[in-house]
Formats: sequence, C-alpha cells, structure tokens
Amino acid sequence: MEYERLGLVAGIEIHQQLNTSEKLFCRCPTELRPFEAHNGEFFRYLRATESELGEIDRAAREEMKNLRKFRYYTYDSTCLVENDEEPPAPLNPEALAICLQIAKMCGMTPIPQVHTMRKLVIDGSNTSGFQRTALVAVNGTLPNGGAIETICLEEEAAQRVKDEVFSLDRLGIPLVEITTSPCMRSPEEVQEIAEYLGMVLRSTGKVKRGLGTIRQDVNISIREGARVEIKGVQELDLIAEVVRREVQRQQRLLSIRQRLRERGASVSRAPQDVTALFSHSGSKILMKASRIMAVTLAGFAGLVGEEIQAGRRLGSELSDYAKKCGVGGIFHTDELPAYGVTAEEVSALRAEVGAADADCVVLVAGDTRQVECACQQVILRAEHALEGVPEETRKMLEGGSTSYMRPLPGAARMYPETDVLPVPVTSEFWEEIPRVELLNAKAERFRREHGLDAAVARQMAYSEHVMLFQRAVDLGISATLAARTLIATLKELSRDGLDVRPLLADRDREGVPVLPEVLQVLLGVKDARVGKEAVPDVLRRIIQGESPESAMQAVESTAAGADLEALARSIVRERMPFVREKGMEALGPLMGVMMKEVRGAVDGRKVSQVLKAALSEALGEK
Amino acid sequence: MSDLRSGDLVRCFVGGSELKGTYITSRDGMAVLKMDSGYNIGVFPGDCTLIERPPPVKPEREEVIQDPSLPMLSIVSTGGTIASRIDYRTGAVTSQFDASDILRAIPGLSAIARYRTRKLYTILSENMTPSIWQELARAVYDEIKGGARGVIVTHGTDTMAYSAAALSFMLDTPVPVVFVGSQRSADRPSSDNVMNALCSASVAVGDLGEVAVVMHGTTSDDRCAIHRGTRVRKMHTSRRDAFQSIGVSPLGYVDYPSLKVTLSPGTRGRGACEPAIHDRLEPACGLLYFSPGMSPDMLSAYSGLKGVVIAGSGLGHVSTSLIPAIRELVNEGTLVVMTSQCLHGRVCDRVYDTGRDLIRAGVVEGEDMLPETALVKLMWVLGNEPDSQRARRMMQENLKGEYTRRSLHGV
Ligand SMILES: [Zn+2]
Repeated sequence: MEYERLGLVAGIEIHQQLNTSEKLFCRCPTELRPFEAHNGEFFRYLRATESELGEIDRAAREEMKNLRKFRYYTYDSTCLVENDEEPPAPLNPEALAICLQIAKMCGMTPIPQVHTMRKLVIDGSNTSGFQRTALVAVNGTLPNGGAIETICLEEEAAQRVKDEVFSLDRLGIPLVEITTSPCMRSPEEVQEIAEYLGMVLRSTGKVKRGLGTIRQDVNISIREGARVEIKGVQELDLIAEVVRREVQRQQRLLSIRQRLRERGASVSRAPQDVTALFSHSGSKILMKASRIMAVTLAGFAGLVGEEIQAGRRLGSELSDYAKKCGVGGIFHTDELPAYGVTAEEVSALRAEVGAADADCVVLVAGDTRQVECACQQVILRAEHALEGVPEETRKMLEGGSTSYMRPLPGAARMYPETDVLPVPVTSEFWEEIPRVELLNAKAERFRREHGLDAAVARQMAYSEHVMLFQRAVDLGISATLAARTLIATLKELSRDGLDVRPLLADRDREGVPVLPEVLQVLLGVKDARVGKEAVPDVLRRIIQGESPESAMQAVESTAAGADLEALARSIVRERMPFVREKGMEALGPLMGVMMKEVRGAVDGRKVSQVLKAALSEALGEK
Repeated sequence: MSDLRSGDLVRCFVGGSELKGTYITSRDGMAVLKMDSGYNIGVFPGDCTLIERPPPVKPEREEVIQDPSLPMLSIVSTGGTIASRIDYRTGAVTSQFDASDILRAIPGLSAIARYRTRKLYTILSENMTPSIWQELARAVYDEIKGGARGVIVTHGTDTMAYSAAALSFMLDTPVPVVFVGSQRSADRPSSDNVMNALCSASVAVGDLGEVAVVMHGTTSDDRCAIHRGTRVRKMHTSRRDAFQSIGVSPLGYVDYPSLKVTLSPGTRGRGACEPAIHDRLEPACGLLYFSPGMSPDMLSAYSGLKGVVIAGSGLGHVSTSLIPAIRELVNEGTLVVMTSQCLHGRVCDRVYDTGRDLIRAGVVEGEDMLPETALVKLMWVLGNEPDSQRARRMMQENLKGEYTRRSLHGV
C-alpha cells in the first residue's frame, strides 16, 4: 500500500451546524440572512496580547499588534449578545440534547458536568474575541476501529462579508465539533470516515443542511513530514483529493529539502534595498512601491519555481508568508523576467545583490514597514524549506490544493466562561436521550419492510423528507408511491420553478398542526379518490392555489372521465373471446382486472359503471 | 480527593474512560479538571486520584520603566477592573492593580503619563457605602495634594455614578478626577477597558478641573464621553455606552484611537480652584421610589431619617393617600426632596393639586436633579449645614453642576 509506505497519518475534525430554533447562548433564530438585510453596523478593535499570536517573527508580530478594526452587520434577527453587549443566556438545552444524542450514537462517554469555556479567537469572527465552547463527551468508536476523541458544543463564528467586515447572523448558531484520533491511513479512508460521520450527524434529523453547514478540517502528516491542518473543506467529495495533494506537497517539499542540502543552500544573507533599480520599471507594482527589498536565497535557483502541488510552487509558500505583512505578494528570479520586469532588470538585480546563478532572488515591494516585515517572513519560510515541512494551518483552495494560513496553534488558549453556569449531565438524563436509527440502518429497513428498491430506500432514508415518508407509511400510504412522490415528483416540481415547501408544511399560518398537503393527496390516492398517476397534477394545482380537495376533484373528473372509458374499452377489446362467451356476466371478472389496472385509485362504483357501458358497447357491436 | 490542590495532576475515570487533567477547584460538589486540550470538565471527586503535584509556577513579571518626562497620574482603585491577566494554565483571571501590571496589560498608557497606584479597596461597587466614599475622597485629595496631575479612580460600574456625585460634592479639585470602569470584563479581547482607560488617562492629563466619568460614548469603539459626576447615570445593564449625561450635554469627548480630547464650553478648567475637602456626610438619608397604591406604612420605615429623596411620578407626585405620612415626616424634622422617576425634565409641584399639597406639606422641589444625585447631595448638605432652613435652600441651589436653572432643548 503506497500511502502506508509513506507513513500517512490523518485525522479529521467535523463541524456541523445544528438546526435548533434558537442560538447556543441567546434566543435569536439560527437563520442566515442576506447581507442587504442588515439594519445597522458598529465597529470594534480587538486587542491581541503577545501570547495569542503564535510563532511569527517580531516584525510581523508588530504589524499584527496594531489596532485591528472590525466592522459588524446587525440584523433584526440578532441581539445584544451577538454584539458582545449582553451576557450570554444559559447553554441552549435543545443543542445540548442533540449533541448528547450524537455522542450516544458514537458510543461516547458523557462528561458529568459540562463547562463552557472561552477559546481566544482574535481574527474578528467573534465580537467578544473568544468562541464559547464546551467539551460534552469523550471516547467514541469508528467503523474502521479508530476512535472519536471528543465531541464539543460550540458557537458558530460570524460570517466574513469581506476583509474585516463580518455579519452577525451566523454568530452563535450551535455547532458540534467531532474530533477523531489520527487513525486513518489512506485518502479513501479519510473520505469514508468523513462520510460515515456525516451520515451519523444527519441521522439525528436535527442538523442543518446545505453548503457551509458542515465543514471538515483534516490533519495530515507523512513520515519525515509534519502535521498540517487543512481548514474548511466543505465538499465531502474533495476530502480524499485534499489528502492526496497534501501528501504530494509534503513529498515534494522533502525532495526539495534533499536537493537544497546537496547543494549546500543557505538563507544567511541580509535583505538588500534595491528600490533604485526599479525606478523606471515596466512593472506597475514595483513602480508604485516606496520600498523594494531583495532576499537572496543561496542555492535555491530553480527550486522556488518548482511545482509542489497543482498550481502551487515553493514560491507560492514564500508569497503566502510575505502577505501576512500586508504586501500583495513577491517576485522571484525563477519566474522572471515576466510581469513587466525585463531581463536587463533581472541581470542588474543579480549583479546588485551579488547573486550567483545557483541563487534565487526574491523581491518584496511595498512601504518600508511592510517590506521589512515581509522579508523576515520570506527568510523564515525559506529556512523552513531547509528543514523540510513546516507545521502549519492551511486553507483549502478550489480543486483541493491549499495555501498557508498561520502557524499551527499551540494549545488553545482557554479559560472558563464565568457567565454560563456548568450544566450537569446526570445518568438519568443521559439514559433518556433516545438513540436514533442510523440512516444506513434506516435505508436497509425501508428496503426490508417496505419493499423499496435498495437505491430508492437509501435515497429516501437520506432525504430531508424522511420524516414525511415515515408518516406516510404509518398512514397506510404505499411506500413506493410515497417515496416516488417525495423524491422524484417534488424534484420535478421544483425544477419547474414551483415552490414545493407549502406542500410539506405541518403547520398552517397560525401555527396550528395540520396534515401536510402532500400527505392529504397521498391519502386521496389510498382512498381511491384520485389516481396515483394524477399526483403530480394535483400537487401542481395546489401550488397554484387550489385546495387539495378541489384539486383532487378537478383532476379526477377529467382523468376518470376520459381515460377510464378508454381503459375499459381496451380491457374489453383485449378479452373479446371471453366477453363474447360470458356476455354481461363478464362484468365481475373484468372488474377485478380493471380495479387492478387503476390500482384502486378510482371509486369501484364508477369503475363498474364505465365498464358496464364498455361491455354493452362491445356486445352491441357484435 | 479532599486533599487535592489547585494545580495537581490527577487521573480520573469517567464512564469507562480514563482521563488525565489538572485539578482546578471544586464546584457544586464536582471536581473541576482542566484537560490538556484546555477544556474544563466537571467530574465526580471520588473518581479522581492524584498523579503528582508539580511545583508551583511563578509568573514572570518585569518592571515597566516609566518615562520621567511625562506628567504623573495617580490611579486609585476601589474594585473596578481596568486590567486583568489570564493564567491559561488554570484559567484564573486576576485583576491587576500594580502600575507595572496595568502598563503591561495596557501598554498604550505609558505614552500618556507616568503612574502611581493606590489600592484602596477591592469590592464590588454594589457594596460601596457612604463611609467608603469619604475614604475615597480623602485618598483622592491626598493624591491631588501630593502633586498628581490628575487622578483616575477605577470603580465598578453599578454605583459609579453615586461615588462620582459624592466626590463632586466633597472635593474642590483643580485637576481632573476621572472615574472609569468597564462594562465588559477586562479579560476579553473586545473589552471596553483598554479604550476607557486610555481615554480617561487622556482626560486626566488634560484641562478639566472637576469630577467626571469617562466611558464609551457609543457601542462602537469610536469615542468616549466625558460626563459630569453629578449628571451621569448608568442607563443600561450591559451596553458599553451605558453611562449617559442626563438633561445636559456631556462635558466633552475623547476620540479613539487618536485620544484627542474635546471639552465643551462651560466646563470647569484645570486650576480654577485650590484643592479642598469637605468630607462630612449624613448617612441617615434614604431614597423612596413611589409606586401606585403604595401603602403609607412603607413610609414609616423612613421615619427618623434626616433626609429623604422621593422619586415621584411625572412632575414629582405621589398618591394623595401618602401625603399625610409625608407631612408627618417633615414635621418630625426630615428634609424631604422631590425628584422624578422620569429622570429627564424638571419637577414642578405647582401644576396639580397633589403637587401643591406636597409643597404645603413642606416638600422641597428637587428641580431637575437626578434622584441618586439628590440623595448624595442631601447627605452632603445635611452633613455640612446644621441650619435646616439654609440646608433647604442649598438643596435648591446649584453646587456642583447637579442642577440646571434652564432646561435646554435637545439634550
Ligand atoms: Zn442573539
């Protein structure tokens, strides 16, 4: 096994939003809003203390220590808690119950007394500067024999509108965080485990669905590589690819290290000011910059431009580090001349800094402060290249490659959220948490109990309409019909631009519980008030404003009028010898055939009437 | 288990799982452990056993060297926290009172002034008493006499307005005496403590010559408002901009982060008087909040007090049924002052019958004074003026900006 030989070790962390009616620490709805709907904004500065900044060089630290100003959008659906202007409400019991249910399904052990913590987050995504989070259960099991280490209940962060502007609608939505042990050994295994956990979460029926409601972080390392955490993989299908590409990146970085060492490469030269060289440059970026510095990487030539991952080079990594100081990026001689920089300028640059052919020169442009900071960052990353793979937090790019975000955080800086009382999880409470059926077990049951085709059973079990399906079969509605309606028919109607949601509502506008209209129609089929083929038409009419009752009548009168007669004629015609032999006495046996054909969708008396007419017609012809 | 100490490394069984962590404390009968991940969990104390007791870690502290060319400010702390430190090992948050600690927590302060600190009390502001106000006034007076360019008083926000009013009456100050606190705890990166502290220090080295409260002006971190100690009130339980000047414009603003101080015309300037202290207070005073249907018996609890401020309804009313009891209070020698629950606007007991009855009963109209300020003023007036007629008159005079003769439009 290729990946086993490379010593691949991976673990995942899944963040899933819960579909509770209120947020985790306030009574606001857990609803996302369009940014245009914001009804106000305010701004704050978050103060970083030195220890929060992690491992970054001094210049960069100074840069980040500057006051960081963040703007926040408020909505009529957010409150002072999101504004960090009011103490939190008690931990939402609905969210805790869902979290415990998930823990139970994963065979975990609950913590007897759950304590809410403040985890420092100073990127602006939390108005307070910390995220509230609580460890709820430990030690679960996975189908691959691996372990789930912990499940935590935390508040979702605010959504970034752009740059340092955040939207408060998402802040505080309950989130469960499931952390596995580093128990996976291949990209496919990571994908399988992520899919399995996703299935477990959806089995509760109480998690949010749709893009952005579930995010996976993947921890990956290979032998001689380093632990790298890739944040925010939203598409499940991409997880295996992300792992493959990270393994490749680490392998290539190790190969670069090997060659750098062979060449005796070093990063010892101080950055040099080369601003004057580019005073008439064709490069707009260099022209505009008040300061341009060059970092000479001895022995790096050719390797900085080498691809380490689809669309990424070692130069991209240097650039990511430099960008932390506010510069737009870097130029390096492995990719020059280009971008308006001429061959003459490159030669002049090499001459000026005394670079040999084996050296790579990196250019950083911007204002003095930024440039000095960025040079240090470039040097730092180049030094890492001599060591191999740096431990990092990275973010996923489109397609599955990744870019550098920040150093791997040390132990999270946490302290107690004193405004939230600890919540006891008594053994009685834990016992009462229902164990829900896993979706894969449910699919198997649907196949077994209701005779659904395996693919349909799976589709139904994983569908967001699974509760409606369950209700339909409990009402005695044909499982096949219910599944077809809830999967295919609704999809077709939606595709035609119709809003199917009102058909599924189990409460009327006043909030009074009602039988969802789609089930009323399916019951109509069961009671033979309307043919099953007519269901799409009936639903269409209801969406267009008719009541279920009148829609069924309307469809029935047309269908049962014309089509029933045609059906009766064809049944009689196909059995003419029998009809001729029995005469009108053929009615009884033919009724059975006819009723089977309409599958009980039409009233028996009506069938008998129509059939009788067709019989006399046929016998008359004779 | 009973002999576990904070910081001990312990082993604990939860369900079938063995967990290791650091023992922090005991809470609601449960042992609180901190896991390596940073999370705290509560477990049954009987399930924990000691692994080892690591030697205590001494926090490193370095003295901060202050710039001798800058003016000297004094920070007198009573319990409000303007700086705190978090020990992420134990999760403990400790308030910082020492100048070096404060400057380490809020480095920007060192560009504004030098500081000396005086820790008077560490109490919650709801536990303040008139005698602590007196002690505070003496401490601030000493600091002014001792050459402080300005004095910053850190104070819990709940009763900060009372203390500010009390010092306003007790002190004649030629330098700024600035009350400051934080509405959101100082441990959080978003706390208002840093901005409030920087703005208050900027005011304290500035041109003001009176007692003021300096706190956030809006929910954003854009500016602090400077409020007169006798006209300020906490108007929200939790917002940063809870403190507001009532019935007057603030004394000024401090822009942030520029720290540019703008004072309104009419503020008392630095050096307008010699420092003086009149620290006598009559503590036997009370504040009565009228409500409809209130029994006259309630007033018996106020009998024997030297002064009572009533927060009446509207223009300054109580129900007709209370008037005989109030008349009796006055006749017994209690000075009764009427203010309004409306907070905004002036008391006028000459418009309706009940008002006229109150005046006839001997109640003093408290003009547009805030009820709490009127109470503090009453304590001060009764503590310093033995003549009851003169005391009555003083309650209707403007002593420290607590009272305005004209109600202005737009404030
Ligand atoms: Zn809210």
